[in-house]
Amino acid sequence: MTEMSGADMVVQALVDLGVDTVFGYPGGAVLPIYDALFNHPSIKHILVRHEQAATHAAEGYARSTGKPGVVLVTSGPGATNAVTGITDALLDSIPMVVLTGQVPTTLIGTDAFQECDTVGITRHCTKHNYLVMDPDRLGPIIHEAFHIATHGRPGPVVIDIPKNVQVATGTYSVPEFIQHNSYRPQVDPDADAIAKAIDLIAAAERPIFYTGGGVINAGPDASAALRQLVSLTGAPVTSTLMGLGAFPSDDPKWLGMLGMHGTYESNMAMNRADLIIAVGARFDDRVTGRLDAFSPDSKKIHIDIDRSSINKIVPVDLAVVGDAGRALDALIAAWQAKKLSARDYGEWWRRIDGWRATRCLDFPEKKEPNAAIMPQRAVKALFDATRGRDPIITTEVGQHQMWAAQHFGFAAPNRWLTSGGLGTMGYGFPAAVGAQIAHPGRLVICIAGEASLQMNIQEMGTVSQYRLPVKIFILNNEWMGMVRQWQELTYESRYSNSYSDSLPDFVKLADAYGWTGLRIDTLGELEAGIATMIDTPGPVIVDCRVAQLANCFPMIPSGAAHTDMILQPNDIVGTMDDEAKALV
Amino acid sequence: MKIKTEAGERHVLAITVDNEAGVLAKITGLFTARGYNIESLTVADISSDHALSRITIVTNGPPPIIDQIIAQLDRLVPVHRVIDLNDAGEAHVEREIALVKVAGTGDKRIEALRMADVFRAKVVDTTLSSFIFEITGTSDKVDRFIALMRECGLVEVGRTGVVAIARGPEAL
Repeated sequence: MTEMSGADMVVQALVDLGVDTVFGYPGGAVLPIYDALFNHPSIKHILVRHEQAATHAAEGYARSTGKPGVVLVTSGPGATNAVTGITDALLDSIPMVVLTGQVPTTLIGTDAFQECDTVGITRHCTKHNYLVMDPDRLGPIIHEAFHIATHGRPGPVVIDIPKNVQVATGTYSVPEFIQHNSYRPQVDPDADAIAKAIDLIAAAERPIFYTGGGVINAGPDASAALRQLVSLTGAPVTSTLMGLGAFPSDDPKWLGMLGMHGTYESNMAMNRADLIIAVGARFDDRVTGRLDAFSPDSKKIHIDIDRSSINKIVPVDLAVVGDAGRALDALIAAWQAKKLSARDYGEWWRRIDGWRATRCLDFPEKKEPNAAIMPQRAVKALFDATRGRDPIITTEVGQHQMWAAQHFGFAAPNRWLTSGGLGTMGYGFPAAVGAQIAHPGRLVICIAGEASLQMNIQEMGTVSQYRLPVKIFILNNEWMGMVRQWQELTYESRYSNSYSDSLPDFVKLADAYGWTGLRIDTLGELEAGIATMIDTPGPVIVDCRVAQLANCFPMIPSGAAHTDMILQPNDIVGTMDDEAKALV
Repeated sequence: MKIKTEAGERHVLAITVDNEAGVLAKITGLFTARGYNIESLTVADISSDHALSRITIVTNGPPPIIDQIIAQLDRLVPVHRVIDLNDAGEAHVEREIALVKVAGTGDKRIEALRMADVFRAKVVDTTLSSFIFEITGTSDKVDRFIALMRECGLVEVGRTGVVAIARGPEAL
């Protein structure tokens, strides 16, 4: 209980909550907080070049550490620029606290300079938000906000602080123990549901684990528990885009990612399974394909911390509400208590091996040194060159993202940072900045497309300022490749506005910001180029020119079932009916 | 291509929430953002310390959507409890108040007064050429009364929307 200014309370609360890094951009309505942060001994402020990048950097920090990301921006445009990243964090369940400045309480509602209705605008893209009208409330609200952002299903929380509340003095108090009076998510699964789940698993002949970002959010122990449960039961594992890394990609039980650009074996196994065990995954439309054909013969167990995810899209037979890690631990304990052993899934594995034999991720390529680089080859080469270095990989959104998901293998969680739910172009580079800040010694690589990268390319300045050794590896095909792929698939190759015209010279751009710039043009230059990137200290941008017209396969076209995957480019047709066209 | 919609059933939801700024916007926004229907909505502070409000929402949708609405409401941070009063075995009482202004003279005026008596509507204001009736009842009853008043010089209606509470000794 100490008397201090609102701005000092904000900083004190951040210190008390163990915050070491804040991503932000100053402006009129947050000047008091910036002054309180001036030369702060323990909180490092990272000055970005655009507020959207602050939010993605905070996401990268959060996803790579498991700790909440913290953002500080001003009122009006500062807050509205942050909205994309806040929404991204909501859709991907990333813990984040965003402090926004606001005009003084006396001016709220008068269309004051740099005023916007921040709590109104962010009401539906946050897990919760606050407008603080009284400095005495700042301490309790900031502590509660961190509690809400990190408990239950994680998500972004906005705290809007008027400038006079930052200047006024009040009493800083810390709640001794936060038990929210209404928000109390269930984290421990019901024993009854666990027992029923065990019975279903023990009786299944063709089970499959379908895991998602919830396993990553539940912490590294949850990934370890998943591995243990998989080895106890002997069932195959597939994962969503957000769940990559929870299960090692070199394990024979790993089928690869599922869904629209997932592997043939994953999607076929989902379709033919008699039991799906969904863990921290939410049956997204990119995963299910056509709903009435989604895994028609299976019983479904859905483990999720958010009850509203259960039966939202696919009706399930057994709901287990709780934290993914605790639920997996409970399943392991119950499995062992019943002294169950893995069934012989021999026939199931034989069928899976049959699907694997299609080698759905293979791609045609020329091997001559002067041949154009296939983008898949570039990702594989990057993977091979960084094995054993435990890199953190971020991506932008598009074809390169899917190729990275398909061809880059992950052995552990928190190494794969990508925008799954919102699909935000411009996410990957600032996320790499956030991850690099959190892990100064690690190799952090943003696999980018030339179009996405330009959405937040101004962050090259941030990287230079803090001397971050971030590497950007551009798969440059001079197209918004995924848009073009859909235009080929759906609109008879009418390439409406999907060409990346007037690209900058990325090597010269690197030079302008004091980075190292490299260009790779042919297959013969690929390995050496990647090696140079890795061995060059400081930030490096690699303009890797790839085969321009390569498309991402396999693919479930929109409106199609898991069993209707397009495996090869020549399976493409140029038109679609309106029902399929209407799906995103 | 035509966009399809599914037929629904009517449900009355009772929701207790923190009585703080923005809660109502959060709840109504959830309905618009996710495409759920609101037939009526009432809200008022119900606790002695003014900390809690009770919202009654009448909505309609197919059963899985009703389940989703409840789950989505339940996960909002300021929401304490959500009860579907239509849940099996949970009979409930529903009431709505309407203020109904009828203008006219002569036979129509007498007929209006007579029907108000049948519906147990109270006269809360009168002039030589108008009545304001207060009627309480289920939405159906209020609907029927208003329909009859249209024939008797109805000029204006104000309705509260439904409030509802479960029968029996238990509290929400």
